Amino acid sequence: MSKLGLDIEKIARARRLARTIADDVQAFVERYTTVAVERTLCRLAGIDGVDECGVPLPNVLVDEIRREGMLREGILFFLGNAMIATGLSPREIAGRVARGEISLARLPARPAGAIAAVLRPLVDDCIALVRGRRERRERYLATIGEGPRPYLYVIVATGNIHEDVVQARAAARQGADIIAVIRTTGQSLLDYVPHGATTEGFGGTFATQENFRIMRAALDEVGEEIGRYIRLCNYCSGLCMPEIAAMGALEGLDVMLNDALYGILFRDINMQRTLVDQYTSRVINAFAGVIINTGEDNYLTTADAVEQAHTVLASDLINEQLALLAGLPEEQMGLGHAFEIDPERENGFLLELAQAQMTREIFPRAPLKYMPPTKFMTGNIFRGHVQDALFNLVGVWTSQGIQLLGMPTEAIHTPFMSDRYLSIENARYIFTNLKDIGDEIEYKPGGIIRRRAAAVLDDAIALLEDIEREGLFAALEKGLFADVKRPRNGGKGLDGVAEKGERYLDPFIPRMREYLSNLEKQTI
Amino acid sequence: MSGGLYSTEKNDFDRTLDLKKIKPYGDTMNDGKTQLSFTLPVPPGEEAIEAAKQLMREMGFDHPQVVYSKELTSGFTFFNCYGTCTRAVDFTAIRVPKVTSTRWEMRETDAFVRERIGRPVVVVGASTGTDAHTVGIDAIMNMKGFAGHHGLERYEMFEAYNLGSQVPNEEFIARAIDLRADALLVSQTVTQKDVHVKNLTELVEMLEAEGLRSRVILVCGGPRLSHELAKELGYDAGFGMNTYADDVASFVAQELDRRINK
Repeated sequence: MSKLGLDIEKIARARRLARTIADDVQAFVERYTTVAVERTLCRLAGIDGVDECGVPLPNVLVDEIRREGMLREGILFFLGNAMIATGLSPREIAGRVARGEISLARLPARPAGAIAAVLRPLVDDCIALVRGRRERRERYLATIGEGPRPYLYVIVATGNIHEDVVQARAAARQGADIIAVIRTTGQSLLDYVPHGATTEGFGGTFATQENFRIMRAALDEVGEEIGRYIRLCNYCSGLCMPEIAAMGALEGLDVMLNDALYGILFRDINMQRTLVDQYTSRVINAFAGVIINTGEDNYLTTADAVEQAHTVLASDLINEQLALLAGLPEEQMGLGHAFEIDPERENGFLLELAQAQMTREIFPRAPLKYMPPTKFMTGNIFRGHVQDALFNLVGVWTSQGIQLLGMPTEAIHTPFMSDRYLSIENARYIFTNLKDIGDEIEYKPGGIIRRRAAAVLDDAIALLEDIEREGLFAALEKGLFADVKRPRNGGKGLDGVAEKGERYLDPFIPRMREYLSNLEKQTI
Repeated sequence: MSGGLYSTEKNDFDRTLDLKKIKPYGDTMNDGKTQLSFTLPVPPGEEAIEAAKQLMREMGFDHPQVVYSKELTSGFTFFNCYGTCTRAVDFTAIRVPKVTSTRWEMRETDAFVRERIGRPVVVVGASTGTDAHTVGIDAIMNMKGFAGHHGLERYEMFEAYNLGSQVPNEEFIARAIDLRADALLVSQTVTQKDVHVKNLTELVEMLEAEGLRSRVILVCGGPRLSHELAKELGYDAGFGMNTYADDVASFVAQELDRRINK
């Protein structure tokens, strides 16, 4: 039942349009691979570590086949082939390639069937490892449990993983449910994932597999201490999007930022590259039981939150359909939106409430990710704390899934330990004090809130009609999102995209898809 | 004393304003009242509160009061405090380097450029280096602008190119040459470990190496930037918090006029 009186037929129409748009993208995606996807397959096959110059081994392998013009055939064909020829493990082969002792592309090609057979145990191991991680989380949730929704999501961003641990533990004890380790500025544009524990970063901490491991262990420890499972979040975006998904799946992360369009719009990453990468990363996230967070909130830091509210909804719908095509269930879709209306605006709060309630009703099963005010945070920490309070009020009122807590010191510095305390206190006060307000209050027919929600839905449908007519690629070229225009063949990372060749081989992703579709059948 | 209680402190200080010796103002001239909050890496308790008070005395506060304290996590305590500042500064002796242009509205700046320059001013802006934040450069350049101040794209007599974020300095300079920029705007939001200073310095050095520095008006901006720092780093102007496209446009127009029509 819609409390806003939204037209169910219109919602269905918006979804159908988004589906057509997503199908069109998917048809493209399935024909291509990227260097990041191939490095991801290396990681899933158990390859980790760096060569003597510090170059990650997945890069060593994939760079070699790219140099030989063989990217289109995919790394697993060559890796499987080398396993047969040498009798060595993938990790040993990677070491030899790094030392220049063997060349993957020069070995005589074995039959496809033999290669598939030699890879099969690697796939089995990987599937078992990730399932083990997933079951571990489920066990924790069944035993120590979790906090109520909206989950309280806070960031740590010291640059030093060991200091992050101190901050994260403190935040968990204060009531945080999700700890996000912000990445160092610039990591999204690195075409490799750094290795090992790191202690130096700017505005955040490097996402590395070792850092994931360190933080996971710390959160499990504190979770057991306080009797509440603490989720760990990182950023599955940028040029290494699927690799980070693989690392997260292997290390038991719970939440990943993972948007289909964000990198294109805000990092100027080539659209073909990101759309191919997002598919692989979403299959992995889906399989690992990871909640993805999409980044629509960012549109509103650039474009106006009142005028462009419909672009957020349209993008949520497209992200939802792309995620479904990757086998990601609705329960794992932290679709994004934000509280970014100018605080000077008359009745701005009512418009925020309308948007949040509308998003809730259109995506009833998704753990929506609600972002706090940032654009109009001024350094006046006292008003900022009130803005965050209003944001928290909308969050509890409209049953958001993940409340990314605003800090009074937003726009000043990355959070101090005390900033996080004040924010969590603010949220807990409001969430407890107004717990059931959403069930108590109805929206006046014909009033500001209902009219606003209906208008945003209408505008989103009009935008989706435009995008459906043009195709997503052309729509991005025309700047239909966030006022940002991106050329189809521009941006970073295009040279790492290749159309799949005849011998292309990837048994990992289909196995994950198979598991997910079985899971879906069970729930239906 | 706070919380609505009457102050029982003796007000035996001089209550006349002396600009040569200014102090914080609570509710009485020269009362020196200051609020501050901080965290100490010690467990909560009487000793923690005493430590906070002693620290405030070290900072130059009399009558230190801890009005609230709370354990943040094991071994860390947060304090809200008030104190009476014992120090004063001479306001009459303060000199702060400022952008000296007059701030005009969009129409005035456009009219000035039309009359004095006779062609649109080409401005190229970006958030450079590894900085991923577009909020600053967007606020100055995008059509919509910020807080009711239209951005440079809205100006008739400005040709504004916003290159977005994470633009390497090399690429920034290359685009500036291509577009024959009159002015370059650099936005820096991330300032941890002074990464912005390194990046801003690198740009100046590269422009000097290319012999371009004197041919462009070079402006930087960001929440933690000041005109003083900008000048120190070799920029023509710096714009910090609470400055808008009007400020930047007025400065660029007047500076360009000064250079062209000397």
